[in-house]
Amino acid sequence: MRLQIKNGVVFDPLNGISGEVMDIFIEDGKIVEECKAERIIDASGKLVFPGGIDIHAHVAGPKVTSGRILRPEDHRIGVEKRWNGIHSGTGFSIPSTRVTGYRYARMGYTTVIEAAMPPLEAKHTHEEMVSIPIIDNAALTLFGNNWNVMELVRNEDYDSLSSFIAWMLRTTKGFGVKLVNPGGVENWGWGKDVDSIHSKVLHFDVTPAEIIRSLAIVNDRLKLPHSIHIHFNNLGHPGNYETTLESMKLVEDLKGERQSMHATHLQFHSYGGEKWKDMCSKSEEIAKYINKHEHITADMGQVIFGDTTTMTSDGPMEFSLYKLSGRKWSNHDVEIETGAGIIPVFYSSKNAVNSIQWAIGLELGLLIEDPWKIFVSTDHPNGGSFLFYPYIISWLMSEKRRKRTISRIHQAVNSRAILGSIDKERDFNDICIMTRSGPARALGLHKYGKGHLGVGADADIAIYDIDPKDVDPSEESNKILKAFRLTHCTIKGGEIVSRGGEILSSVDGKTIWCNPYLRNDEFEKIRKRIERKFYLNYTVSLSNYPVFDAYVPNPMEIRIEVS
Amino acid sequence: MTLHTDVVCPFCGCLCDDIAVEVENNEIIEVKNACELGYSKIVNHLERYRSPMIRENGKLKEVSYDDAIEKIAEILSSSKRVLYYGWSNTTCEAQKIGIHLAELTGGVIDNTTSVCHGPSVLAIHNVGYPGTTLGQVKNRANLIIYWGCNPLAAHPRHLSRYTTYPRGFFRQKGYEQRYLVVIDVRETDTAKIANKFIKVRPNSDYAVINALRAILRGHEDVIPPEVGGVPKEELVKLVERMKSAEFGALFFGLGLTMSRGRYKNIENAIKLVEDLNRYTKFTLTPMRGHYNVTGFNLVCAWETGYPYGVDFSKGYPWYNPGETTAVDVLLRGDLDALFVMGSDPAANFPKEVLKKMSEIPVILIDPFPNVTSSFADVIVPSAINGVEAEGTAYRMDSVPIRLRKFIETDFLSDEEIMKRIYESVERRLKG
Ligand code: SF4
Ligand SMILES: [Zn+2]
Repeated sequence: MRLQIKNGVVFDPLNGISGEVMDIFIEDGKIVEECKAERIIDASGKLVFPGGIDIHAHVAGPKVTSGRILRPEDHRIGVEKRWNGIHSGTGFSIPSTRVTGYRYARMGYTTVIEAAMPPLEAKHTHEEMVSIPIIDNAALTLFGNNWNVMELVRNEDYDSLSSFIAWMLRTTKGFGVKLVNPGGVENWGWGKDVDSIHSKVLHFDVTPAEIIRSLAIVNDRLKLPHSIHIHFNNLGHPGNYETTLESMKLVEDLKGERQSMHATHLQFHSYGGEKWKDMCSKSEEIAKYINKHEHITADMGQVIFGDTTTMTSDGPMEFSLYKLSGRKWSNHDVEIETGAGIIPVFYSSKNAVNSIQWAIGLELGLLIEDPWKIFVSTDHPNGGSFLFYPYIISWLMSEKRRKRTISRIHQAVNSRAILGSIDKERDFNDICIMTRSGPARALGLHKYGKGHLGVGADADIAIYDIDPKDVDPSEESNKILKAFRLTHCTIKGGEIVSRGGEILSSVDGKTIWCNPYLRNDEFEKIRKRIERKFYLNYTVSLSNYPVFDAYVPNPMEIRIEVS
Repeated sequence: MTLHTDVVCPFCGCLCDDIAVEVENNEIIEVKNACELGYSKIVNHLERYRSPMIRENGKLKEVSYDDAIEKIAEILSSSKRVLYYGWSNTTCEAQKIGIHLAELTGGVIDNTTSVCHGPSVLAIHNVGYPGTTLGQVKNRANLIIYWGCNPLAAHPRHLSRYTTYPRGFFRQKGYEQRYLVVIDVRETDTAKIANKFIKVRPNSDYAVINALRAILRGHEDVIPPEVGGVPKEELVKLVERMKSAEFGALFFGLGLTMSRGRYKNIENAIKLVEDLNRYTKFTLTPMRGHYNVTGFNLVCAWETGYPYGVDFSKGYPWYNPGETTAVDVLLRGDLDALFVMGSDPAANFPKEVLKKMSEIPVILIDPFPNVTSSFADVIVPSAINGVEAEGTAYRMDSVPIRLRKFIETDFLSDEEIMKRIYESVERRLKG
């Protein structure tokens, strides 16, 4: 259908447009200069953004479904009935796949990056991504604890390492290179962890620092659109900000066209103190570093008060959380590659640590000045559900609203965090960058039609029922909250998929994946290398290991040619 | 002649994917590497149906696929409440459509979990699941425990491929570097080859696990000289062995889930494994039977939020094991029809349930005649998954593996049959 969005107040930071009243034309799923529209959407007095992009969420795959099976109680809420050909579903922090897609679409999000795909179980991740309607998905393949990676890093064999990464992305239909507690999850195979980025991984004679730097080098050699995407060592431990700073410094010299490292759920990595008793915010130190350097992007990993489910590939971290909470615990080690842990959690506003955690996320969102470097996320569902993004936006835009929340939570937030002293407020342009254009650029997807509204871009568009000229976000934060919860309408690939919260059309989303260039002889060499050891170490055959085309019925393959 | 290697065995939850099959003129000449169970499943000399059938005046009459599918659609679209049961011997692709069909018609969907590892799933809901893929065990474990199961009979290659005999990265000497313990109420074949067999009095597993946990937590003093038929010193020794293992793996079967205590046994076993992780590395894995029983639990959980026994009569997924599970739904007697795919409920459901089955239309989709066939009013023969049709299955440790197809057939695959039924029912409900 040919569409015209008329008189909207348009924000398109990648094209330098900030709050201009203009028309947007859509034809064949793309944005065009102009066309004869069959349908006109009157957007006067409404906010027009590119479709939202979640750079880091856990929405599909083995860990998410382990979480669902661990927590039937989570599915007693968030119940949605089948309606008019639209599927039913359940769940709040770990919603079933169908409603996951609907909920993102209602909020104006059209692309979501699944943050952790274990290669051996990549088929599972893909099966679920295909079951999530409307939104485009991409999955980050886990590399930080892979035996082949560690061996090649130890040998400093960067040629083979880049062939291996290329081969694996192709084999798993993955989008990028993810590291989770590099080295630590391998040690968890023996019930242990690593305590610093310079301690050796048991039996492998490498350090997390070496793994991080080598993967960053190789990632850039392969010219992947996204940088390495890292969940640092020591997540969630008091005093871990030093590990975070050290890890970021490892790749300081590697900055090229884009960042050399995406630091995910940074909130969980910005803690000072030595014990939980004196744990405090170190967001200032972290922000200062990122403000001074150009090689880092990050997402917030905001914590939201209430019940949620934590799930990461960081097996040892989840077990230590379990020992603190004592509720229930699932674990899933994946041979040769990675692990996973899942526990339910309740972030309480009466709890000192949780209140400080809440503050740190927002501090990072405000103190990291350049909105192109820090993006909105809850590390869904670890800090809270993605459904709370509108709350985060309203906090970022209103000091008053933050103060109000601060007055209601544990007062350690005033002594051991600094949010109360920050008066910065984000504007609509910043929010547009932090929720779509920024993630698009950090992912390299802006070159493939995402995160902007220029001619040729994918027609993924969110229209919100709020007029930036008519509202004072600082004073009227409730209006902001309300507007960002449900779009006036969401357009995906040129189709109106949601209007006022009602799902109109359940189109299939695409699976975005990267196919890096690999010379034939390199390909053969690495295949031989893998083949030799595959039979001995794995419990499936090499020929049954790949994600076959049948699992990606709607691919958006990004082929990377090396000039 | 064509040699197919790395074929996946579609029989038990081991899902061995190293089978070699020689095919000539679309016939299987030889099968290598499979155990006897797998061999006979792949070669299969069982009788097949020749065509779809509909029962008329008590007699089954051969009809076309189209006629059978239309008949099924007619029954499903005119029923108020249908139970969709089975699913453990079919592909995830067919299961997914089955779940949507249940949603479309407001029915109940359940798989064989409710009559086998249902208690394990309930225990997981309560206390969690410290699991692993089997390769982690192969590469690292030096203590293997089988509790209430006899893999040599039910999962014949489990020991040789995954746990006890194979060489692993950190266990280059294989068997020599591992210690095998079997805990059971009788001395099974597996018990006979174990380094240590611990015989438990029937229905005493719960007490034995309790004693192990108490000893582990340093309360050895309160343990009586004998628990569940096991001398105290044996239990103390076992705890020592568990604590000092570099990597321990506990596997359990229906002997634990179906004996007195049921889900409480499993809860306790999970708790034991959690406790052990404070000392060393320990994992737990249920020995799932059918080759894709695990797959159903996963697909059902991601599509609906719940792993089995889902009722759509309210328009959204509702789960309450004991109420929304197959036997309970059948016994209540408010069903209009029973739809069975990939299972033979009549072979193991209780008598009262069979009586209820005989009172309603039964639809059966399966490659082979089975006990349920005699209850069926419509029978649709399907291709054999993993031989004549491809698709996804999940191993007992949740690793997905794609079943291969190496024999051509005119039989439709489960997936294709489900697709056609769904489309026809949808058309009728709209029309
Ligand atoms: S152990 Fe199971 S999967 Fe393996 S060959 Fe035997 S029956 Fe087939
Ligand atoms: Zn994450």
